[in-house]
Amino acid sequence: MLELVLFSLLNGLVFATLLFMLSSGLTLIFGMMGVLNFAHAGFYMLGAYFAYTLTGYLGFWPALVVAPLLVGLLGAAVERYGLRRVHRFGHLAELIFTFGVAVVIEEVVQLAWGRTAKSYEVPALLDFPLFRLFRTSFPAYKAFMLLVSVGIFVFLFAILTRTRAGLIIQASLTHPGMVAMLGHDVPRVFMLVFGTGSALAGLAGVIAGPVLGTFPGMAQVLGTIVFVVVVIGGLGSLTGAFAASLLIAIVQTFAVALDVSLSSALATVGLRMSAGGMLQDLWKVTIAQVAPIMPYLLLVLILVVRPTGLFGTRET
Amino acid sequence: MSTPAPATVRALELEKTARAQRLRRYGVWIAAAAILVGLPHVLRTPVAIPVMNQMGIAVVFALSYNMLLGQGGMLSFGHAVYFGLGGFIAAHVLNLAGRGVLYLPVPLLPLVGGLGGLVFAALFGSFSTTRAGTVFAMISLGVGELMASSALILDKFFGGEEGITTNRAKAPALLGLDFTTDRHVYYLIAFWALAAAAMMSAFSRTPVGRMANAVRDNPERAEFVGYSQRWVRFVSFCAAGLFAGVAGGLFAVNYEILTAENMGLSASGSVLLMTYIGGVGYFIGPILGAVIFTFLQSMLSDYTGMWLLYLGILFLATVLFVPAGFAGVLMLHAPAWRARRLGRLLGPYLLAGLLGLVVAVGVVGLLEMIHVVVSAPTGRTAKRLFWMTVDVRTLWPWLAFATLAVAGAVGLRWAAPQAAKAFTEASRPVETR
Amino acid sequence: MSRAKSVFIGTLTLALVASLASGVTPADPIRIGYVDPLSGPFAATGENGLKQFRFAADAINRAGGVLGRQIEIVPFDNKVSPQESLIQLKKVIGEGIHFVFQGNSSGVAHAISDAVLKHNERNADNRILYLNYSAVDPALTNEKCHFWHFRFDAHADMKMAALTDVIKANTKIRKIYIIGQDYSFGKAVAEAAVSMLGKKRPDIQIVGNELHPIGKVKDFSPYVQKIIASGADAVITGNWGADMVNLAKGANEAGLKAPFYTYYAASDGVTAAIGAAGVDRIRLVHESHPGNPSPPKMVGDYIAAYKKLNPNNDINQPRIHTGLNMLVLAIKRAGTTDVDKVAMALEGMEWTTLSGDHVVMRKDDHQLLMPIYISVHTNKSITYDYDNSGFGLSLESKVEREMATQPAACKMDRPT
Repeated sequence: MLELVLFSLLNGLVFATLLFMLSSGLTLIFGMMGVLNFAHAGFYMLGAYFAYTLTGYLGFWPALVVAPLLVGLLGAAVERYGLRRVHRFGHLAELIFTFGVAVVIEEVVQLAWGRTAKSYEVPALLDFPLFRLFRTSFPAYKAFMLLVSVGIFVFLFAILTRTRAGLIIQASLTHPGMVAMLGHDVPRVFMLVFGTGSALAGLAGVIAGPVLGTFPGMAQVLGTIVFVVVVIGGLGSLTGAFAASLLIAIVQTFAVALDVSLSSALATVGLRMSAGGMLQDLWKVTIAQVAPIMPYLLLVLILVVRPTGLFGTRET
Repeated sequence: MSTPAPATVRALELEKTARAQRLRRYGVWIAAAAILVGLPHVLRTPVAIPVMNQMGIAVVFALSYNMLLGQGGMLSFGHAVYFGLGGFIAAHVLNLAGRGVLYLPVPLLPLVGGLGGLVFAALFGSFSTTRAGTVFAMISLGVGELMASSALILDKFFGGEEGITTNRAKAPALLGLDFTTDRHVYYLIAFWALAAAAMMSAFSRTPVGRMANAVRDNPERAEFVGYSQRWVRFVSFCAAGLFAGVAGGLFAVNYEILTAENMGLSASGSVLLMTYIGGVGYFIGPILGAVIFTFLQSMLSDYTGMWLLYLGILFLATVLFVPAGFAGVLMLHAPAWRARRLGRLLGPYLLAGLLGLVVAVGVVGLLEMIHVVVSAPTGRTAKRLFWMTVDVRTLWPWLAFATLAVAGAVGLRWAAPQAAKAFTEASRPVETR
Repeated sequence: MSRAKSVFIGTLTLALVASLASGVTPADPIRIGYVDPLSGPFAATGENGLKQFRFAADAINRAGGVLGRQIEIVPFDNKVSPQESLIQLKKVIGEGIHFVFQGNSSGVAHAISDAVLKHNERNADNRILYLNYSAVDPALTNEKCHFWHFRFDAHADMKMAALTDVIKANTKIRKIYIIGQDYSFGKAVAEAAVSMLGKKRPDIQIVGNELHPIGKVKDFSPYVQKIIASGADAVITGNWGADMVNLAKGANEAGLKAPFYTYYAASDGVTAAIGAAGVDRIRLVHESHPGNPSPPKMVGDYIAAYKKLNPNNDINQPRIHTGLNMLVLAIKRAGTTDVDKVAMALEGMEWTTLSGDHVVMRKDDHQLLMPIYISVHTNKSITYDYDNSGFGLSLESKVEREMATQPAACKMDRPT
């Protein structure tokens, strides 16, 4: 039991860090520009594929730096030459635009790298079990993922709260008009934020590619979970994104371990459900079975009770 | 209250124009009905009718979606939930009718679907319409994901992955129609599509329909007028759910199967996209969008394995160049049409269109050749493109398509401003002397 | 409305004229539809299947075709969606094609099978034949069977019967964990495993029976953790695609040593993606000789010839060769392309596969009876690898046809 709890906690933490890497960029973009960026998972995918190719030429460590930079540049270009033009047509147009970018990225990746999964592997330097407890080993690579993510959190937090650029970004989040009045180039701030956000997604791809697989459907598997994290955490709140990532990852990880269904729970208090009818499955479904959709339930519940999300200050 | 004479005159004039408008409005519906009746006699290929059936369903679904997005300003990522639930309920009812448990002829089935959509829209709308904007959008996303996943888990009702199948030929026949051919189904769908469109159009003219616009644009003012914005949103939401359910019922009749996929996120995304590219600001927009989107989705894949890429490029191009959608572009020409100057646009438009086509041919040719290089079996380097066969190992097709793309783009840069200028000229109000 | 429709008529007529112009050829081949994913996340599987069909068809055509006519494979992209499949099926019918192959996803197979049955009942003069080469839900040849459906792959219960025979002989296995995707196929695998193990090895304890949503799980480590905690000696899973790859990777990371018995853990990128994580851990239950070690000459030659033409793809479904050749033989024996007569000729037909196995199309339920192979994922002594990864499947055991055969529970109406 201790083994299960301990490793579930560790796995939850690792997954949380991955979620955070993706959602940190998204929450800044979402909070600042109001754009539901559907292409974010596409940039994550590009990060993994770039790193896969670059690893072949440069090795993993240079790729770890170069691939996110490339993705960031691409993101900045998408903002500069696409989103900025679309901005004046409103949020809906921006959303459709990012959706189109997502589709194009996914198809171009398949055109360039083919339709089959790529064997992008954990670097040899980190390919060993860090420690072994009872019957389970913990891979060094996961510890590395944890480290990188914590580093990013500290770095982003320091920039946002300790530097002048961070102050401008924070101000643009809440009062974009006022910041522009003060003579700051808000579109440029947007571009930088979008580029940085894309680069972070790319970094997540570089790091997660070997663990979660590098294949044409990798962006779709990720799906909308990052939006859920951002909204639960509160729009534009880095702390919120961090907390929501942890919450969702831990809830999901521990739900998997629970083989409890409604009927078994009722049975323990002495109630017997008669099996039958169209919705009989509802009684038999276990919490473990629905673990992956728990975040969406959480999303609906939290938004109904607290529309601003956990740490947010505004609704849109 | 006394009524001064001039106002009476004006009221009479208003009455007159109103009558003319009403006539025109009915005229449009009658013309649409005539076209719908005639279409199967014009398009006599076997593939045309199934494709049109699908378009009819998509039109109803997209129109219902635009009740939320266009009229109410509510961005939903889970509208397929009501389409799917309506469809599932209709499929179960059709099965009951087939077994003789209850009497229900097939033509009334869409009503059952609509009822199902309405009930669930009322259920989920009760808490999701409290807010507008991002909160509404994200709740709809959550509900959509939950319902789509539940469809796979609740096996008994949703039938798991293989879904619920049904048989329309087993239900009691009405007026000798047993719906064994697609043509019968076509007329059923055409009837319901027209009826649903007319009802949705009528809804947009009711006070609640008008208030939906007001709430979309300025919720505070709407509250001052005395309408609860929440209530207005809720009513719009229920109405949209009702018509989505009707579309789902039509789907059940046409395909005789419903699966979890019908409620999924991609179904919800598709309806958003088709509504947008058609144009959210106009009643005809979703109709255009549904027809074009359905056509591309089911026919483009016959010609290329990369149809999704082209669809993605189409979205990008729509947002960048015609953000008001196809209907928006058409409507922009209303002033020119009224001024009877549309003919003057023909030349510049043809030129720009032709150059645009040249760019498209060049880009498509290049992309398709890359596709051949990447994925075709070794030795198979020949590819049929635009009714000719090219060999990707030789240089000339690459050069030719690249030249087409570049030359077309250069030409377009020159021709597009000309077309824009001609448009401004033509749209200028007619001078009254 | 009117304007929309006129625009649409224009485009539609244009497209139709175009399709007609390019569709008619003077040689008049027998056209065979192939309805499977050719775009989207599952396109890799569909494209490779298409290439294998064309490869098999080319060989038949070189040998003179059938009834003096060539055969032609016509692809239709169904995007693994039941709805799209039905639209594509309408196109198949519209183009006058009478034979249609489909394999990916049992959900799609159910939709197509049902639509084909309804179509044939309603259009006695224009029937079509559905040839299922890969969808393995047992219901397709049992409760949902009908005269116009034939299956060329062993269904899930046949494979499970073979697998449980192997497990029966392995006394080291005492605890088994079952994990699968939450849908018909995953559930069918779980049910068959529980009931068959219960009969063959009542001493084996099922320590877990887990279902997870398809394609929604990003990180499998919590599931792997649960498997470890249960102390399982072996895992049975019907997972495919990314769910399979990530499960294998999660097991490798956590150091779970138990063998995984799988249905779909090979080729189309899966072998390469699993890589070293699956060596001696992943076992595959399938229907033909995997090519290693020392394959029958026919298998080796066939793989080598295919590889020469398609260096980036593998022969991972030899049943495509079996299915297409049996159909052609049936057309030859029937002397016509009339669907009912061809179906009659297929019933009870015997055939020798590339692996040298004698297979029979059972008349009662239209299920091809065949032996089952169980192979292990490895990189040792691999001649024919998958995905050019150096990893491949190596034969471990073979369960003869008689052992794998399941009773037929089909009641079908035959046309008179």
